[in-house]
Amino acid sequence: MAKFLELKDAVSSIISSGDSVAFEGFTHLIPHAVAHEVIRQGIDELTVIRMTPDLIYDQLVGMGLVKKMIFSYAGNPGVGLLRRVRDAVENSWPRSIELEEHSHAAMANAYEAGAAGLPLAVMRGYMGAGLKDVNPNIKSITCPFSGEELAAVPALRPDVAVIHALKADRKGNVLIEGIVGVQKEAVLAAKRSIVTVEEIVDDLEAHPNACVLPHWTVTAICVVKGGAHPSYAQGYYGRDNNYYIAWDKVAADRDRFQSWMQENVVAASTNVFSERVEGLEVNQ
Amino acid sequence: MSTLDFTPDEMMTIAASRALGNDDVCFVGIGAPSAACNVARLTHAPDITLIYESGTIGTAPEALPLSIGDGELCDTALTTVSVPEMFRYWLQGGRISIGFLGAAQLDRFANINTTVIGDYDAPKTRLPGGGGAPEIASSSQEVYITMKQSKRGFVDKIDFFTSFGHGEGGDHRQRIGIKTKGPTLLITDLAIWKPDPETKELTVVSLHPGVTKDDIQATVGWTVKFADKLEETPAPTADELKVLRDLKERTRIAHEGRKVERKGEVA
Repeated sequence: MAKFLELKDAVSSIISSGDSVAFEGFTHLIPHAVAHEVIRQGIDELTVIRMTPDLIYDQLVGMGLVKKMIFSYAGNPGVGLLRRVRDAVENSWPRSIELEEHSHAAMANAYEAGAAGLPLAVMRGYMGAGLKDVNPNIKSITCPFSGEELAAVPALRPDVAVIHALKADRKGNVLIEGIVGVQKEAVLAAKRSIVTVEEIVDDLEAHPNACVLPHWTVTAICVVKGGAHPSYAQGYYGRDNNYYIAWDKVAADRDRFQSWMQENVVAASTNVFSERVEGLEVNQ
Repeated sequence: MSTLDFTPDEMMTIAASRALGNDDVCFVGIGAPSAACNVARLTHAPDITLIYESGTIGTAPEALPLSIGDGELCDTALTTVSVPEMFRYWLQGGRISIGFLGAAQLDRFANINTTVIGDYDAPKTRLPGGGGAPEIASSSQEVYITMKQSKRGFVDKIDFFTSFGHGEGGDHRQRIGIKTKGPTLLITDLAIWKPDPETKELTVVSLHPGVTKDDIQATVGWTVKFADKLEETPAPTADELKVLRDLKERTRIAHEGRKVERKGEVA
């Protein structure tokens, strides 16, 4: 049954050091506000799971909170590389991290298997690909009907899934629209979940086939207007592409990164997110 | 038309756009592939189906997206599906005619590396990784690749097999159970390449206007094969150039975004 909580209380009661946490959102609806709260609370030794680590994991990794990262594309989309992730992988700064690398198809299948309560995902993939030589969690399985050899990866079952959604109603039912990514699968695959939303409404006004998470599938809901910034929320505000471009320079330098994080995350609070999307609003 | 001024980059995008047809269902990689696919849509292939891995099917963006999941892709799409559905039903299901990829490193058999430079466990440069590409390369009916030529990119031996092209050449794809054609076309800033029908080694079939064989060899880390009947790529037409430049200008304006001063500014 979803509880409505302040973000800091949701994070402190639901995420613990050493947990595996999937912060999902495929370019759209990336739950930045929750990651910043995790950084403020210094929750560390995390195994973080995410198809596209993006800026959100560049920040968590750069702050030294990540022990292991399970992922499939570690770039700054359309801009270049994730410089804090690179520094951790190439130079072990600020600490070494373990990588478990997959393809998008494998990650998506693994979340779906987790949501479906299966132990593994089966797909036609990784054919001729080098990842199966460096990732022991990529194996093959023979179809008992056709004899075809297929790829198998373990289901993803995170301790916690964290997502940002558009809105929730007063019971805690959650609506996701636009690029829906793997958020529904991640929440259903996880033991616990935190969902931040732009607003609480009386009626979701969801069409019959909309992507809705019923209130009894969600652990906590927190209202954080702008909580996906610099990602976006369909119908609320657009993607802050300039921020993604400018991040490349912030992340390129250890000192600049640390002072930026100190000023804009550690010394900030959750309510700055609503200011960060000012001027990016779209007409609903 | 050959008197028009154009850059090698523009020639690359336009040559790539010409390879796409109205009936194609194209899985679009970000960057150069995205530009080429949208120029095709805005010129000779208005009904082409463009699919981005974020789940948007039949998208028609006004400006080029910065990421594979910008809001405009969803706003202009026929439909948007979940990411598991995208990879399972649409890509793995065999519904993509052309997978359009870029690369950091490419070898003579069109194998792609976008994972690491150097050793995987102790890389000199950690690149983003494969994302959707390993399965785009094996499940699309054909693969087109577009990238600029350089000695760093066109290497004798790639450091990591992110996406399988033709392996060691010949029938290597079939031998490991892949049923699709794999890379059938490479469009660069200097030339158009196709794999040899037998050996599958990439062969230059058309030089862009003003480009020499020496220019090609100077940017490639193996001894290049040229087709016996080497053609010259037709220069961009005035119409093609206008469509591309207008698209780039709309993209520039769109990415400029907001100009409001606020807290949390990273710049």
